[in-house]
Amino acid sequence: MTISREDIEKVAVLARIRLDEEQIPALEKDLGNILSLVDQLSAADTDNVEPLAHPLDAVQRLRADEVTESNQREAFQAIAPATENGLYLVPRVIE
Amino acid sequence: MHNKSVAELARELESGKISSVELTREFLDRIKAEDSQYNSFITVTEDQAMADAKAADEQRAAGKAGVWTGVPFAHKDIFCTNGIATTCGSRMLANFVPPYDATVTANFRAAGAVCLGKTNMDEFAMGSSNESSYFGPVTNPWGRSNGEKRVPGGSSGGSAAAIAARLIPAATATDTGGSIRQPAALCGITGLKPTYGRVSRFGMIAFASSLDQGGTMARTAEDNALMLNVMAGVDPQDSTSADRSVPDYTATLNEPLKGLRVGLPKEYFSDQLSPAMEQQVRNAVKEYEKLGAIVKEVSLPHANLAIAAYYVIAPAEASANLSRFDGVRYGYRCENPQDLNDMYTRTRAEGFGGEVKRRILVGTYALSAGYFDAYYLKAQKVRRLIQQDFINAFKDVDVLMSPVSPSPAFVQGEKTSDPVTMYLEDIFTIAVNLAGVPAMSVPAGFVDGLPIGLQIIGNYFDEARLLNAAHQFQQVTDWHQKLPQ
Repeated sequence: MTISREDIEKVAVLARIRLDEEQIPALEKDLGNILSLVDQLSAADTDNVEPLAHPLDAVQRLRADEVTESNQREAFQAIAPATENGLYLVPRVIE
Repeated sequence: MHNKSVAELARELESGKISSVELTREFLDRIKAEDSQYNSFITVTEDQAMADAKAADEQRAAGKAGVWTGVPFAHKDIFCTNGIATTCGSRMLANFVPPYDATVTANFRAAGAVCLGKTNMDEFAMGSSNESSYFGPVTNPWGRSNGEKRVPGGSSGGSAAAIAARLIPAATATDTGGSIRQPAALCGITGLKPTYGRVSRFGMIAFASSLDQGGTMARTAEDNALMLNVMAGVDPQDSTSADRSVPDYTATLNEPLKGLRVGLPKEYFSDQLSPAMEQQVRNAVKEYEKLGAIVKEVSLPHANLAIAAYYVIAPAEASANLSRFDGVRYGYRCENPQDLNDMYTRTRAEGFGGEVKRRILVGTYALSAGYFDAYYLKAQKVRRLIQQDFINAFKDVDVLMSPVSPSPAFVQGEKTSDPVTMYLEDIFTIAVNLAGVPAMSVPAGFVDGLPIGLQIIGNYFDEARLLNAAHQFQQVTDWHQKLPQ
């Protein structure tokens, strides 16, 4: 299994990870090796097999619709990179 | 005192022979004096530990002590600790001080245990050698006699090395594909990965949510039982935690093993295992026969597909989980972002290390349009087949036994050039996570002077039987008592 430079660049955009040009050849090799390993799956006969998403086949538990958490905005925002007036600051999005 | 087990230390504290303040001081001094050789701790919380020890002694004086009151231990740096840095071995979280406790953290706090710090780990628990940590590799206390430095295994390598080096009697750990059992085996200690859902994942930083499970590490099976007593149980904060009663795991440790049905999966005794490793594992199984166990060969026909299924499912879940690290709410943010996209892409490029980025990219690829069915759905179907293998095997036997890793601890740097070589380190442990069943690693001998582990796999929620089997083995063997030179 090989993965192309274009595939890697596309996936990096989807994953929001900047790649430098010189990182790409090593990634082509490493990801190609990983996908070759994964390709063993195609040998398995999985006709009529239900996918398993969760080992216990559990269902989502529901709780009463009651307020259980107190407001901890200050504690949570104290560890943020940048905040102002209770808001998270990010670079300008709309000009 | 530092050679004593948790159970023994609890008795010393109870009898008044030593105080928690004295005991905590002794272990802190050992960490200070010795850990520069191992790098097993990322953070040591000396002041907090001494304050907690003092409070534990006061609790005891007031007649309110339990087994864990005043006993020192450590947390893998993946469990959130309120007010104490929790890095997950990553630059991304190097400055992260959680404003809350993980449920596991809160449970140990409530039990009165004294946390001495946070142990080193592979970045975001992705690794089998503890070499992917942003805070540097951990060195195994074993195998250093000829100047070589060996890996402790991973990802819970810091917890395992610290216990083996007698810097701490017990530590928490997590296991997504072998991250408790493989380091336990390579460091010659005892570790337990419970059934998926047995221990709350709330506040345990997520890697692959359908596989991650918190568990225990100590030198003896009895100490693992004492830890699980504190950790296990349903948690309203984790909807995947199992709503089942929790037994006292120490109550059945002394049950006789006569008639225990042991299965040896033939796929785990293949040519991937060296003859010397196989001999040690078979010797351990013979001890069980002497204790009255009935041994037979069984088959897990889809075992050879486990690594392939895992390296789709785990990276896919990781790519979704780790999308939360965006430089907005907590953790690392790159300098001088030009715009929002520049902030996201540079924060993640600079904050994550190489292995984490590889897995995010593989997972994103497997989930992307056009590949979802061929990779993710296919892997989930194979996961069902692997689970069915275990369900079928447990119709005939009570436990399965196998090696933990294909070889003992390897030299640092030996497997870092190709990620797939490292992935094959978990060839005997990964299927257990896909099925969600519990499994232990128990010290079972030495190969080339390095410790190796016996893996004991149980049926769903059968941790008490695993701990019983491991404890009985440790009554007739002393592999778990051996000291690194």
